Amino acid sequence: MNMFFQSELFINLSYILASILFIFGLKMLSSPETAQRGNFISALGMLLAIVVTLMSNNIISYQWLSIALIAGAIVGASAASFVKMTTMPELVALFNGFGGIASLLVGSAEFLNITSMLSAIALSAVFLTVLIGGVTFTGSLLAFGKLSEIIDGKPFLYFGQRIVLVIFIILAFTLGIEIVVDSGLLGISRFYLLVSLVLIALILGILLTAPIGGADMPVIIALLNSYSGVAAAAAGFVINNNVLIVAGSLVGASGLILTNIMCKAMNRSLANVLFGGFGAVTASGGNNSGEIQGEVKPINASDAYLILEAANSVLFVPGYGMAVSQAQHSVRELGELLEENGCEVNYGIHPVAGRMPGHMNVLLAEANVSYDLLVEPEDVNPIMDTVDVCVVIGANDVVNPDARENEGSPIYGMPVIEVDRAKTVFILKRSMASGFAGIDNPLFLKENSRMLFGDAKESISTLVSEFKS
Amino acid sequence: MDSLFIMLLFVLILAVFLGFELINKVPSTLHTPLMSGANAISGITIVGAILSSGTDSAFLTTVLGTGAVFFATINVVGGYLVTNRMLGMFKKK
Repeated sequence: MNMFFQSELFINLSYILASILFIFGLKMLSSPETAQRGNFISALGMLLAIVVTLMSNNIISYQWLSIALIAGAIVGASAASFVKMTTMPELVALFNGFGGIASLLVGSAEFLNITSMLSAIALSAVFLTVLIGGVTFTGSLLAFGKLSEIIDGKPFLYFGQRIVLVIFIILAFTLGIEIVVDSGLLGISRFYLLVSLVLIALILGILLTAPIGGADMPVIIALLNSYSGVAAAAAGFVINNNVLIVAGSLVGASGLILTNIMCKAMNRSLANVLFGGFGAVTASGGNNSGEIQGEVKPINASDAYLILEAANSVLFVPGYGMAVSQAQHSVRELGELLEENGCEVNYGIHPVAGRMPGHMNVLLAEANVSYDLLVEPEDVNPIMDTVDVCVVIGANDVVNPDARENEGSPIYGMPVIEVDRAKTVFILKRSMASGFAGIDNPLFLKENSRMLFGDAKESISTLVSEFKS
Repeated sequence: MDSLFIMLLFVLILAVFLGFELINKVPSTLHTPLMSGANAISGITIVGAILSSGTDSAFLTTVLGTGAVFFATINVVGGYLVTNRMLGMFKKK
């Protein structure tokens, strides 16, 4: 019996079962009612795959293996338990990078293993695994640095950027060809061949992520997510393993879909996000929107309270500023008070609000806002005329009317939440500074706009206490 | 060897199409958990890592494999736990 549980047949059957569990898990992740169970089922699949691999009689030494497993589990579990919801984008980026480096190491280990005879196909897979794994690793680390503001979030652009990129890609593929055909023409040993490829892959990850600014982070995080899946699938070709290929492809496909959704939400192509350096382009083109007229009309909390108190429907539109000031709990409290007051309350969430896909949804869920109150732009825009008050909390570009009205604007054509069509708009903002994209927002000057200056959390809390008094 | 490659390629193509069909309609509410849950699945590379780390092979392979196990475990354990934590907050009243 013991023999059976270590047989190739049993192991492969288990891998098939694990793949089925991943598929069901992902399917269930796409609906809020079943998502948590789906994640659990997918985790079961992973546990199964790990346990049967550990039981395989190919494994003869558990010493280092168990240390690495336990240490990794402790690090992963503590990071997952202690992370604050506002710093979730950073953690997702970091975990993603770890998946990339793991694939890179697997590819390298197999390549340097003299006992494994790798075919030309497997060697090509080694090349892809190392290249994509390396790009995922440094790309994710750089995204982590930008998100946590260790590194300046502005797009980093320099002269000849694309030429440098092309040179490194050519270098990578030259090394890749040499890894496969092993002609000896480059005159370097297998080991140094691999080391050079790893270095080039790591540099490429930085070159590809550096030009991407903070506002475009949701796109790059989704794309890196896709890469980590592709790297795992490539590693599957190195070790001829189906479960790596299935799981890796599923992740690759889902990441690509998310990337596409994010690009559509910004009305830009992927190429434009990757090479455009959005903020830098707009800085020079910002002058042609000089026809903006009107004046900024500040409002204080007591006046804002009177308007809210009389409102029948209120739409909150959160952006990254809500995350920064941690205002989500106060927002939920204000929302509940408004509901008690007989007002209809909804939350308009733009797909690229925040720094990662679904960022605002997670924060509001943390604050205990029911998810059926969260509405997408295409649902809320048609009924915007009936909304009494829109409360914009630290959002800027995703509510910019220039996207509809000003053809010269760099964000023209981007689907936005059309808050300016509501009867009154409150804009919670610290100062008149422009958004991440660095462009003016004529919303602030519209007739029905009122600026509530100050920290978002403090402003909302003041409104809450006005309601309670 | 070639027939094995074709078989693996076949699996790859089918899985990619399956992936696109599965994820096509995800409400934006779930974008973050979907991403971190998918990210945890990409930690499947841990299977390859375990094989590199635990089999009888050169020292360097063992070292690289062990490193891979460490990082992949963080990815898997952390990814699933944090996704679970997030999804636990999504409630309908």
